[in-house]
Amino acid sequence: MAEHMTEEEIRKHVKVYVMVFGALAVLTVVTVAVSWLDMPMLPALIVALLIAVVKGTLVALYFMHLVSEKQVIMWVLAATVVFLISMFILFIGALADQEQVAISGSFLSYVA
Amino acid sequence: MELQIPYEVTARRDTGVNNAKLGIWLFLASEVMLFGGLFAAYVFLRMGADAWPGMMIPDTTEMALRADQVLSVPLATLNTMILIASSVTMVMSWASLKLNDFKKYKLYMGLTILLAFGFLIVKTFEYGSKFGHHLYPETNMFLAVYFVLTGLHAIHVTGGIIVNAYFWGPGAKMWTRGNERDKAHFTNRIEVAGLYWHFVDLVWIFLFPTIYLL
Repeated sequence: MAEHMTEEEIRKHVKVYVMVFGALAVLTVVTVAVSWLDMPMLPALIVALLIAVVKGTLVALYFMHLVSEKQVIMWVLAATVVFLISMFILFIGALADQEQVAISGSFLSYVA
Repeated sequence: MELQIPYEVTARRDTGVNNAKLGIWLFLASEVMLFGGLFAAYVFLRMGADAWPGMMIPDTTEMALRADQVLSVPLATLNTMILIASSVTMVMSWASLKLNDFKKYKLYMGLTILLAFGFLIVKTFEYGSKFGHHLYPETNMFLAVYFVLTGLHAIHVTGGIIVNAYFWGPGAKMWTRGNERDKAHFTNRIEVAGLYWHFVDLVWIFLFPTIYLL
């Protein structure tokens, strides 16, 4: 995207970079402030991850120029996300499997 | 005869981007899997643990119930701000080259390198405090996860410093002594180095809340 930008476009981008910096700084403070609320684990995790996703999206879209990037890069990223989610499913599946073994093991010892 | 690598500045007709950009995105995809694997391992270990962090608060006899009782949130927050600021100066250094302003490029790139050193100095204090309390990666699972994830990230910061320092110093000759094509090539190099640097920032954005605050 950046190959054919005019000087005026670059200057507009610089203003956006400064605004994104402000938003990231504010969201960092919000992340820490939310952690002081002492919420239960699940809501705390959801809020923390939501803020992190918003911050990450801002960095990816504006600093990494994904907002105007070519389709081939989007396909690379889409494939990465598919592999990443598959890996997480494998790990969580393994954990669920392990817990099932533990539960059935304790049941068998109870029955015996 | 000088070998000319194709599509280092101009975009390939089939992909629509130059080779360097596609190359760095493929590299970053592999990096996502590297950090993703470790994050998945962290989730796995944490969900299977009876207690997390499962250790005493340093200098007390109380059991820690949250990670922020063991780790320094103020230092990690400071480091988050430092990395965010360095991402801005990095992208500004690229924008300066696009505006043909080499002096500003040197300024912003220099600031990026200094901020990256600042991050590592803060990290050194953080690690030093842990070692001072005899807390090491082998002490328990929580500290193993903490040191591995933040340590790998710090290695990436160090790699970024080396690349950026090269482009600030000797590598910048491509701009100062080069023709228009060399200048375009150098600007592309800074964009590619920037993509790596923003990725390092992105990883920290997820590390900070998941390791320090939850």
